[in-house]
Amino acid sequence: MEIRWSGEGRELTIALSGELDHHTAKEVLHTLDALMEERLPLDCTLDLSGLEFMDSSGIAVILGVYRRVYELAGAFRVERVPPQAARVLGASGIDRIVEIRGEAVI
Amino acid sequence: MKAPLNEVRLRFLSRSRNEAFIRSAVAAFCAPADPTLEELGDIKTAVSEAVTNCIVHAYPDSLGWIAVRARLFEDGLLELTVRDRGRGIENIAAARAPMFTTGGAERSGMGFTIMESFMDLVRVRSAPGKGTTLTLRRRLHSRETSPARS
Repeated sequence: MEIRWSGEGRELTIALSGELDHHTAKEVLHTLDALMEERLPLDCTLDLSGLEFMDSSGIAVILGVYRRVYELAGAFRVERVPPQAARVLGASGIDRIVEIRGEAVI
Repeated sequence: MKAPLNEVRLRFLSRSRNEAFIRSAVAAFCAPADPTLEELGDIKTAVSEAVTNCIVHAYPDSLGWIAVRARLFEDGLLELTVRDRGRGIENIAAARAPMFTTGGAERSGMGFTIMESFMDLVRVRSAPGKGTTLTLRRRLHSRETSPARS
């Protein structure tokens, strides 16, 4: 798993790449917790275009970031979701809670 | 059921790093049936959910063995069984309900929901203290024979 982030001030874009499963999610959750605490974003985007695989562990990661931004009364969206991850998001119904913008172009 | 065209059995320790290995192994096993990318993604996801359940819930405080059997039948039916000898499930109906988890904030409680959405059949047999056997079935629609689905 690779986690990269960019953005100035209270704006934050986080890009995840690799395989997001129960094994890799532990480190991702830990890193994102620290990052959210440091940046306190009011405008946060999670870019999933680099994900080669995601299971329900990814739902917990997305909800974790969503809750933190929601507490700050900020805006949050998930962007550029690859087809396999999009099927998992669809089956979970998380798209009713979190804004999902566009699928990844492959 | 007729005899399968092919069958593999894999037995591995409940270490989380094995999740990636086992879903890739099952995907490779399915390759001769010429599954679509969507079918392969669905199967890998279901396997990942099933094995994660064993690691998180069957053996929460210890390492144990997980056994996966994959069988492929002539008509494109894939059957997977995932068996552990762990803690077992007290209330199977509750465990299968969406958003139910005993795994804390790290888990979403959506594992069974996703398996049920991606597989044609999800069967759970469990006895507290003895372990759990999960059976998953999915009919693969070869790209050669049914282009409409791909």
